[in-house]
Amino acid sequence: MARAAVLGRLTWQLGEVAELVDETPRVKTILLDAPDWAGHRAGQHVDVRLTAEDGYVAERSYSIASAPEDGRLAITVERLDDGEVSPYLAEELVVGDKLEFRGPIGGYFVWEAREGGPLLLVGGGSGVVPLRAMLRHRAAVGLDTPARLLYSSRSLADVIYHDELDMLDSADPHLEVRYALTREQPEGWSGYSRRVDEEILRETAYPNAEGIAFVCGPTRFVETVADGLVGIGYAPEQVRTERFGPTGG
Amino acid sequence: MEEQDLKLDGNSAAGLLRELFTFELTTARGRCENCGAVAEVGAVMVYANAPGSVFRCPQCESVLMRIVSNGGRYWLDARGISWLEIRA
Repeated sequence: MARAAVLGRLTWQLGEVAELVDETPRVKTILLDAPDWAGHRAGQHVDVRLTAEDGYVAERSYSIASAPEDGRLAITVERLDDGEVSPYLAEELVVGDKLEFRGPIGGYFVWEAREGGPLLLVGGGSGVVPLRAMLRHRAAVGLDTPARLLYSSRSLADVIYHDELDMLDSADPHLEVRYALTREQPEGWSGYSRRVDEEILRETAYPNAEGIAFVCGPTRFVETVADGLVGIGYAPEQVRTERFGPTGG
Repeated sequence: MEEQDLKLDGNSAAGLLRELFTFELTTARGRCENCGAVAEVGAVMVYANAPGSVFRCPQCESVLMRIVSNGGRYWLDARGISWLEIRA
């Protein structure tokens, strides 16, 4: 779908839950059969709408977790205990349920393989979801665009897509995945053990601030990282950001 | 909750903007009427905790645009934007 095109009306559509994947104790990936889905670009999101029996409607945005090349549309949802939507999606939804959503939405936080790189991806918590879509897109297209993912999590148990990321990392000499565990580290942990700071960014980013950076996560995380990247020489236009707030639930 | 926690960005308003515009507006560039800064709409600040969405300049924080919707009607106030460059 070309960016230049006049977009059709954004309409609500129904998908059927085809598969549920437990990513961490709090995070689930929902794979949907969506017959009316027109395709998307890595980094875009969908809006999900839940309607209660009394007519009350709650709407939330979720980043698309799948690559455009994947067979099924996927979103990854973190359960927020006081959330209105995520507890239902992460706990009550079962295979065969219908889900109302619309999309694809957004164009700013998007990466297409033809844009090239190198690609620096920095994710905090479930901010890794759109970055994962970009990495899957990159792998599916078979490009050797250099890419680095710096992923900040509370603990190893909170790392979403851990096996997949490690597999992509070891299978691809042009991709490097680094973790920062901020609260709890396993014994012998060789990754970073603190919040992402300018020193970590300097060690992880490409020399001479080459390429494009995508930063996604909670607002404070995104602003710290984006400021840090500018601090080590990235031009603001090279850094694309997506913030999500605590009301995401 | 602190004010900082309520700050989102233009990406979060992409669905709302798609209800109103046939072009992708998050990749449009706009100029702040107050300070002259130019930014893509996806990169500006958005506060959605008000009864509507308030778009603010990432440089000077002045209000660029406000959108309130209710019952199939939209109010759009874009007095803080000098111009928008939309990729058509």
